[in-house]
Amino acid sequence: MDKSFYKNILVFAEQREGIIQPVALELLGKASELAALVHEKVIALLVGYNIASQAQLLIEYGADEVIVVDDICLKDYLTEPYTQAVSQALDTVKPGAVLFGATTIGRDLAPRLSARLKTGLTADCTGLEIDTETNNLLMTRPAFGGNLMATIICDEHRPQMSTVRPGVMRRAPRDASRKGTITPFAPQFNLSKSRVRLIETVRDDKGKIDITEAKILISGGRGIGTTDGFTKLYALAEAMGSKAEVSSSRAMVDAGLIDHARQVGQTGKTVRPDLYLACGISGAIQHLAGMEEADFIVAINKDKFAPIFQVADVGIVGDVHRILPLLIEKFKAHAVKP
Amino acid sequence: MNIVVCIKQVPDTTEIKINPATGTLIRDGVPSIMNPDDKGGLELALTLKDAFGAHVTVITMGPPQADSMLREAFAMGADRAILLTDRAFAGADTLATSHALAAALKKLPFDLIIAGRQAIDGDTAQVGPQIAELLDLPQITYVVDVQFDGKKTLTVKKETEEGYQLLSVDMPCLFTALASGYAARYMSVNGIVTAYDRQVEILTAADIQADPATLGLKGSPTRVKKSFTKGAKEAGELFEVDAETAADLIFSKLQEKFII
Repeated sequence: MDKSFYKNILVFAEQREGIIQPVALELLGKASELAALVHEKVIALLVGYNIASQAQLLIEYGADEVIVVDDICLKDYLTEPYTQAVSQALDTVKPGAVLFGATTIGRDLAPRLSARLKTGLTADCTGLEIDTETNNLLMTRPAFGGNLMATIICDEHRPQMSTVRPGVMRRAPRDASRKGTITPFAPQFNLSKSRVRLIETVRDDKGKIDITEAKILISGGRGIGTTDGFTKLYALAEAMGSKAEVSSSRAMVDAGLIDHARQVGQTGKTVRPDLYLACGISGAIQHLAGMEEADFIVAINKDKFAPIFQVADVGIVGDVHRILPLLIEKFKAHAVKP
Repeated sequence: MNIVVCIKQVPDTTEIKINPATGTLIRDGVPSIMNPDDKGGLELALTLKDAFGAHVTVITMGPPQADSMLREAFAMGADRAILLTDRAFAGADTLATSHALAAALKKLPFDLIIAGRQAIDGDTAQVGPQIAELLDLPQITYVVDVQFDGKKTLTVKKETEEGYQLLSVDMPCLFTALASGYAARYMSVNGIVTAYDRQVEILTAADIQADPATLGLKGSPTRVKKSFTKGAKEAGELFEVDAETAADLIFSKLQEKFII
């Protein structure tokens, strides 16, 4: 294949019910960095129904061009219509690289596309760089449950595609003065191939919690142990104000003490809060993979050899059940800065 | 109803440790297990078999050692087991793996194909949707519950970030299953007793008549450029103090860092 026909970095700008998802803005931030290195453009592909008004937002976060595919059959995400829309757009635009959020939508759509386009796809990347000589993306991702990092390339096929874990890349500051072009694109749909019917979309309570957006995470592990232990974590989060949320390690989710939506780590969420307070978390590598990028990490654990102390900025060897009530009192006594 | 479940034998990644001196993976003595989401998918198939009667085939692509996992599937209740094994498959990325499995699946009768969402050694979640595309089947991923009308329509609960979706689809189709949706049954005593008397069918690249250019390393658009273990972050300060001092210390550190 002649790779020189393929240029620019395209971001699949995931939206749900017309709302651009945070990961799309994170990907625009990363795509802008990469595109600048190879003097290419950032293109956002916005797919949905009645979503054209969101295009300007994508420009303000780094897109040079937004391609809008607006059709009623794209109102809700369904694999086949979205695959048809995106594959035809990619055939026309011929980007060198395509980035998707590693969400339940991105991870359903991107592999289907990779098989249709006969190109490579790297899943759930946590690092992206670009080789400025070959324009090959260097896609780094965890394997073996986060025990090993692998850098993957797709050097003979275009476009290079990757899904990127939400919460890992940083969005650029919004710039309302940025200018870009908005281009509509109308695919040819063959809806006889769309054989999955959506009956209903149900939001339950877990949708209200987004630990990846919290500035402060109070996180509990095995050392917290019980429902009573978690009550202390919630009390501390409340005392610390609206920026604080409660999260946990996998053990507590498996034990049924807390919802999966609050799980940090390889099989949960990747978080990078300003403060991560690890309470009774020993720090299995799968957990560390999800939180070690936090700006400031405080860990409390009884075991002075717990691996969590290897990544903590401040480590306290002690009993969380005695320290937490004292901390709660301290925070209650002090107003938290807004 | 014919159901084919794609399963994979994987190292139990929760048991893998890093050698702190060399920074390399210690894989010796790490047990091989049936991938948890695949086991959930097999349980889903067996649940449908119990309720409606179905013929359940398990298929895996892997080295000859995967035989033991196929015996486990027999002992759980699978009716037929196929091992897709050939040096021509070596070095396959997800797309090349999907080409091999799709070619083998074309040789089998199926109404429903089930794969686990993702394998714990790679965590890619790509093979299921790629097989569906190569076989031109509708797909539903992240499946945690399936209801069957007894004829051809399946109503499926798909887990999402915000909650779930209810979807319906007619067979033939492909699902990827989550372990959390279907807690796997234990092997039956009779199943264990007979598992080693039963025949695991072996298929090679020649048997499945796939285009050799789509298989193995040659058929893989992606390749690993390098792999490494993450360098440890510099550890911070460690304090062994009483609870009062600890609380004071945490509070003052957070003030110092302007977090509060």
